[in-house]
Amino acid sequence: MSVKLLYFAWVRERIGKPDEVVDPPASVRTVADLVAWLVQRGDEYAYAFENPKVIRAAIDRSHARPDATLMGAREIAFFPPMTGG
Amino acid sequence: MRTIRLQREDFDAGAEQARLARGRSDVGAVVCFTGICRGDGISAMTLEHYPGMAEAEIARHVEEAERRWSLLGVTVIHRFGRLVPGDTIVLVATASAHRGDAFAAAEFLMDYLKTQAPFWKREEHGGEVSWVEAKGADDAAAARWKRPADAAE
Repeated sequence: MSVKLLYFAWVRERIGKPDEVVDPPASVRTVADLVAWLVQRGDEYAYAFENPKVIRAAIDRSHARPDATLMGAREIAFFPPMTGG
Repeated sequence: MRTIRLQREDFDAGAEQARLARGRSDVGAVVCFTGICRGDGISAMTLEHYPGMAEAEIARHVEEAERRWSLLGVTVIHRFGRLVPGDTIVLVATASAHRGDAFAAAEFLMDYLKTQAPFWKREEHGGEVSWVEAKGADDAAAARWKRPADAAE
């Protein structure tokens, strides 16, 4: 399952890139699974997700919880709590 | 009438507000909120956003506001890029027949923009740069609009 990942704000800075395409194994079924899979890919991911509770996610531009399924997802974004307005 | 714009450029808040009532006689109230970059200790700020999702998230909340209150027009403009103290960041303007709907919808939209729209502020303090941390008070402000039916969300 090839999927585009987007990173914003300090998540982007810590990982060192704004986006990438990844191909996680079939065992990665939820947002939380994806975070756990990314963390073991390298120190930059471990640093970005060191406190997973504060990281927000969106699937295809809609807010998603950690237990949300990735089935059919094309674009998944990770970012810190929002500070607009 | 619904207008949602994300832009780098400045805008004329007065003109946007006036546009909501121009040429119509059913509008009895326009509420206009403008958020301005404060200068307390910062020399500039940069707003990053998630293109595509930011517009979609704002539209989703404008639709909810239109369901909850009797609105005759809504305008939301949010800037991104580098801003300096005194610059306008955001505008939320609502029009209705009576003031209650316009007041409530404008406050609802601002509270949700703060906590749900994908924007992030990075501040410059002299040569130092830091990301603004989300405030619990903003989450509390947004939570008070939740209705019992939303609890499962």
